[in-house]
Amino acid sequence: MDLENQARIKDLAEKYGNEDFIVLLGGGEAEASGLAAETVSAGDPTFAGPLAGVPLGLKAYHILELKDEIDPAIYEEQISMMEMVLDVDAIKKEVAEYRG
Amino acid sequence: MSFPVMKGASYALVQCNDMVIHQGSTQTSEMRLNPDSEHLKELPKHLRSFEDCVAYPPNQSYIGNLPPREMKEISRPWYENPVSGATREGKYGEIMPQDEFLGCMKAVDMFDLVVLEESFQSAVKEKLTAHPVIGKYWVTLGTLDKNPGTTEQIKELVDGHKAEPMYLDDKLVGCVKKAHDFDAALSEHVMFENLAGKASAAFALALLFAKTDLTPEGVQYIIECSEEACGDMNQRGGGNFAKAIGEICGCKNATGSDTRSFCAGPAHALVEASALVGAGVYEEVVVLAGGATAKLGLNAKDHVKKGLPVIEDCLGAFAVNIGENDGKSPVIRTDIVGRHTIGSGASPQAVMQAIVADPLDRAGMTLKDVDTYSVEMQNPEITEPAGAGDVPSANYKMIAALGVMKKVFEKSELNNVVESIGMPGFAPTQGHIPSGVPFLGYCKDMMLEGKVNRAMIVGKGSLFLGRLTNLFDGVSFIVEKNNGEADSGAGGTDKETIRQMVAEAMKDFAASLK
Repeated sequence: MDLENQARIKDLAEKYGNEDFIVLLGGGEAEASGLAAETVSAGDPTFAGPLAGVPLGLKAYHILELKDEIDPAIYEEQISMMEMVLDVDAIKKEVAEYRG
Repeated sequence: MSFPVMKGASYALVQCNDMVIHQGSTQTSEMRLNPDSEHLKELPKHLRSFEDCVAYPPNQSYIGNLPPREMKEISRPWYENPVSGATREGKYGEIMPQDEFLGCMKAVDMFDLVVLEESFQSAVKEKLTAHPVIGKYWVTLGTLDKNPGTTEQIKELVDGHKAEPMYLDDKLVGCVKKAHDFDAALSEHVMFENLAGKASAAFALALLFAKTDLTPEGVQYIIECSEEACGDMNQRGGGNFAKAIGEICGCKNATGSDTRSFCAGPAHALVEASALVGAGVYEEVVVLAGGATAKLGLNAKDHVKKGLPVIEDCLGAFAVNIGENDGKSPVIRTDIVGRHTIGSGASPQAVMQAIVADPLDRAGMTLKDVDTYSVEMQNPEITEPAGAGDVPSANYKMIAALGVMKKVFEKSELNNVVESIGMPGFAPTQGHIPSGVPFLGYCKDMMLEGKVNRAMIVGKGSLFLGRLTNLFDGVSFIVEKNNGEADSGAGGTDKETIRQMVAEAMKDFAASLK
């Protein structure tokens, strides 16, 4: 996960805690999405960024998992094309794994 | 009106193993943050030989020896299935080894910044003078007679942080000196990058002259579209790479300028070149770009960790000639240009709509009217181990999915559409290099052979990297088989049409007299 994003998420988590704060992902790959989910929950597994060894315990969701929460017209306009393109099941499975 | 044509394209790769280690940003960052890292220790074991680099199927494809669709018949991983009998020379270009390229960097240096060790300099001068393309088209090889250094002098400059080292097979053979005592825009690191970009682009330009009918004297305008910046602290990106590169090949009648838009730069530059020719401002324009040393081994950490060779070991460069309609070469449809506007939105769907679907809608066409699309042609073998997936394939799926949404294709056809409109990625991950342009060489020949009638070239750019905007960018244009009439073009008015219009008018006039 991008080092700058790690720093931003770390700051936000320190400010708001991890109760009412989730991370929303939009990655196109299961592995990369899982890596991002792992980084914000258990810490940066690559030990490269500010979240190395910092388990924030944040829950991450991929936008594809929240289809029911989104206005169908907006979903159709912004995400439906990618839903056809991406391996939705693999992404959902990978990201859910890090929510414990 | 007459549409401009794409007369030819050339492509160059330069294998730079030592630059992967010493100038690739992944490695230099690691050296700064974690100098004892496992990655830096392991990396040298994963570098491949020049012969392996030449025989690597995507590289053969890039220089014109292996049509991209034929790569589908070669099993993956491609690095384990070399092309037998592969040569460094290709139909559209060439792969150069690092020793010759270090000489090229000296040959394009106009400010005595490159110091090469004396015996290395004379050996490489001999090779470059005998090189059939460089020896014939570069007019600055005399630089290689000047100012050699000793190993001690070079070491002193590098150790004193006055110069960026140039290694060959782990041996210090030269350096690039800083061009100012403290100006960060002229530091040894920046000068190294800019000279490498300049030298590789000048190589591609020389290849364009060698592979097409264009002559150095015939070029009137050059547009350089890489991702580098040259200037000093008062104008960090002042330019002008274009003229600096043209000078190396003796393009004495040309002027030029630089165009930037991250990876979308080449597509913008080709639209601009086409507009300049279409408007009659210039007759022969060259769009070109050299390679980026910073991107060498960008994903090397993942490649090394997963046991792959370091396949991001090449600088990439290209040059394309846009000229007046010759009645033969493919036309650039300047009336069908896709653009991602400031108001388009950044979701992938909005981007593809703006770049791919909208221009076709405006021209009364559908996605089906384009035979093939050249998108971001990154070699998937480089990006997949790094978690970025197969970029061209994802783009083709997006185009097909857009077609399903627009009811141009059935959802069940999705995979077949991807197969028919696309091709495997074969370009090095050098930012602007993969963005649409690598297919132009093949595109021209396929159109001349009647295998393809209409292609869309797509360039996309991630502007957020400059931290000035979160906007995305993208441009597309259509290349079409020439209908054979030099003074006309699809959508234009040809002589026959005018004759018919006059005949109709005469008939109406005659009728009105009755």
